[in-house]
Formats: sequence, C-alpha cells, structure tokens
Amino acid sequence: MPDRNSPILSVSEITRQIKGTLEEGFSNVAVQGEISNFHRHSSGHLYFTLKDERSQIQAVMWRSRAQSLFFTPQEGMKAIARGSITVYEVRGNYQLDVALLQPMGVGELQLAFERLKQKLAAEGLFDEDHKRPLPQYPVRIGIVTSPTGAAIHDIINVIRRRFPSVELVLIPVKVQGTGAAEEIATAIGDLNSLGGIDLMIVGRGGGSLEDLWAFNEEIVARAIYASAIPVVSAVGHEIDFTIADFVADLRAPTPSAAAELVVPDRADIIELLRNFCYTAHRIVEHRLSTDRKAIANLLRSYSFNRPADILRQHLQHLDELQASMEHALSHKVELTRQAVQSLQKRIESVHPRRILDRGYSLVRRDGRIVSRVKFLHPKDDIEIEMSDGRTSAQIEG
Amino acid sequence: MSAKKQADRESHGSFEQALKRLEDIVDQLESGTVPLDEVLKIYEEGVNLSKRCLAELSQAELRIKKMQKDAKGHFEILDGAGDE
Repeated sequence: MPDRNSPILSVSEITRQIKGTLEEGFSNVAVQGEISNFHRHSSGHLYFTLKDERSQIQAVMWRSRAQSLFFTPQEGMKAIARGSITVYEVRGNYQLDVALLQPMGVGELQLAFERLKQKLAAEGLFDEDHKRPLPQYPVRIGIVTSPTGAAIHDIINVIRRRFPSVELVLIPVKVQGTGAAEEIATAIGDLNSLGGIDLMIVGRGGGSLEDLWAFNEEIVARAIYASAIPVVSAVGHEIDFTIADFVADLRAPTPSAAAELVVPDRADIIELLRNFCYTAHRIVEHRLSTDRKAIANLLRSYSFNRPADILRQHLQHLDELQASMEHALSHKVELTRQAVQSLQKRIESVHPRRILDRGYSLVRRDGRIVSRVKFLHPKDDIEIEMSDGRTSAQIEG
Repeated sequence: MSAKKQADRESHGSFEQALKRLEDIVDQLESGTVPLDEVLKIYEEGVNLSKRCLAELSQAELRIKKMQKDAKGHFEILDGAGDE
C-alpha cells in the first residue's frame, strides 16, 4: 500500500532527486556490452545502445571525448564503456555518459575487421575487374598522409631518387584517432575534384592495430572504391593487411614500396633512351650500307651496263671500219703505184738510150740531132753519142 | 581533360608519349619500307627526342605541393610539404 503521508513532489523535483541519487551512486562505472543502434550525429556526438541478453542502456559520447576514439563503433561490437550515469531531465531517462570506449580486446577489432571485409567483399568492392591499371609514367601524384609522419618523407626520398620528373600533391590528414578516417576519405574525394592527378598514394607508416584502424574503416574503403583516380594503399609494415589494401587498385606493403611502384626508375629510362639511340643508329647505318651495296650492284648489272656496252660495240665497229677503210686505201695506192711502175718501164723501154744499147748512135750538130745524111755538109763538126758516151767527128770534104 | 591541363602535361614532356614515339620510330626504321629521306628525318627526330628526354631526366627536380582547403572549401595549392 502506498504511504499517504509521502510528500508530494513535482515531476521536476522527483527527477532532480533521482538525478542526484543516480549520478552520485554511479559516477564512475565500467560497463561491458554489445554496441547497437550506433549513430554519429552531425554535431559530432555519438549515440548508441549497449546491450546484453536481457537488458540495454542508452549511451552517449560527447564530441570532445569522441576525439580519443580510434575506431568507428560497429553494430554488434563488444565494448567496454567507462563513464558515469547521467539523467536527461527533459525526457526523464538515464544514460551512460561515455568518457572512454574500448573494444573488448583486440579480438573484437579483428571481428569487426572480418565483418566489414565480408560485407564489402560481398558488395564487390574488392573485385579485380574494378581495379584500374596505374599509369606507367605519372606526371602528378596525389599523396594522402600525415604531413609529419615518416611516410611522406620516405615517399619524397624514393621518388626524388627514382623519378624526380613528377609533381607530388600532398593532402595533409590525420592518420589515426577520431576523425582520421573521415579526413582520409574526404582527401581522396578532394584529389578527385582537383583533377589532373594521375594516381594517389594513401597511407601511413607502421603501427599497432589501433594506430592503423582508420584504414580499416568503411568510409575510407568506400572513398577508395569511388575514386576515379587509381589508388595505391601504403599502410604499415608489410604484414598487416587493411581493408584499404583490399579495395585499393594496388597494395604496397610500405609507403617506400608504394613510391617504388608508382614511378619508373630514371636509370631504366635513360637505359631505354640510350638503347633507342644505339638501335636507331645501327638500323640507319645498316640501311645506308645496304643502299650503297644496292647501288653498286646496280652499277654492275647487265641492264645498267647495256648502253655502255652498245657504245663500246659502236666504237669497235668504228675502229674496224676505219681499219678496213685504211686497208682499202693502201691497196688502191699500191695498185696505182704498180700501174705507174709499169708505165715507167714502158716509158723507159722506149728511151733513146735503149736504142744506143742495141748499137745505134745518135748524131748531133750544134746540139741538135741530125736524122738524115742529106742534112750534113762537108767539114761539119758533129757529135756522136753511143751507149757508153760521146765523141766528136768531122764530115770529110 | 581540359585544354589547359593537356598543355600543362605536354609541357612537362610526357615520357609516355616520348617513349611511345621512339618505339614507333624504331618500328618504322626496322620495317625497311620507309624511303631513305624519311628514314633520315625520323632518325633525327628520334635522336632529338631522346636527347630532350635525357636532359629533362637529368635536370628534373621533384616538385612538391601541398593542397589545403580553406574555410569555404576552396582548394589552395602551396609549395612544399610544409613540415619538412
């Protein structure tokens, strides 16, 4: 039976009293349970329910405290929430004001990892067909990482050494702690909006599972999947795979390795260029020598030499003509000479001397031949010529 | 890709294009079907192209920019990684 003498309180009064009792009695509690109905308000405050088989309790984590959270609480994740019970007077309900939220052991994070991995795999975010090839010779490379971490220095060093003909565009982000995943996801989107980026490296140096957790967040996975620019993930030190690694177009074990993978080695290109010069030079030399040989062969060829041959034959014919002409001429001369000789003989045969040889004599008076006796007178001086000479005589008186 | 970005890219001298062109040139030279004056022309082009690339490679200095968003969400590109 209710006590009729109890003092009558207003709703506010009773609420205030309950608030005082509860908040005093549960000012420092640690509650373990399964997270459900998780909701991040745009104000940055987190609202969720912690439950077990029989009960549940509302929980809130204010933005300032949510900063320390390295993971996004997931549905079904078992966690330990530390904080105090507070009463929300407006609604008259109590809630757990969480100062610190931790997954119940690393196993819980691994479970969360596996759950997300299965979910995204089922959605096709890891499909090989979706992976884009990296450009062989990038010009601008986006880098999403911490401006103070070892990763950016490693990347800069490797690229400077291997292939400095590129531009790096760094988007500085937090790579661990609350909001890191959101910053990384936003940066991936921003690089896509900026344009002119050939590929991007998203990553950080090695660390614990908690340190690397941002790269296991769904929001990062979805941003990588949505990126039109090929993404190379570069998280941690080799052994650990993150969700980002599965979605990325290429997974590099470390930031240095990512830098090695995205740019060629300039020594290789120099070798390639030298090789080109050598090969091209050799081909051109060979071509020139082949052409020279072809020309020489052509010059020696039958058909090319035909005109010269014809000319030579004409020359030879000409020589022959000339020779026969000379021959004909000398023959003619000989005949003429012989004719002349015969005439000469004939002329000589009628020469007066031939008569003298036969015993005749010639008589001359005053140098003139006297051919009749009747022309001679007594006492005429005459000259008698015989074959062997001349002598003088006088006609008798 | 916008005209400006295209021009920007070409001024960087895309190795991809240069090496592709050099491959083409070697293929053409090797084919043996190119007339001699063309052979000499593309050979000269190839030699000049590779010289340019070699010069670019040996002189190149890594350019590092940092992109930030201002309060209005506009991008701002600054020189250097900032924290080096």
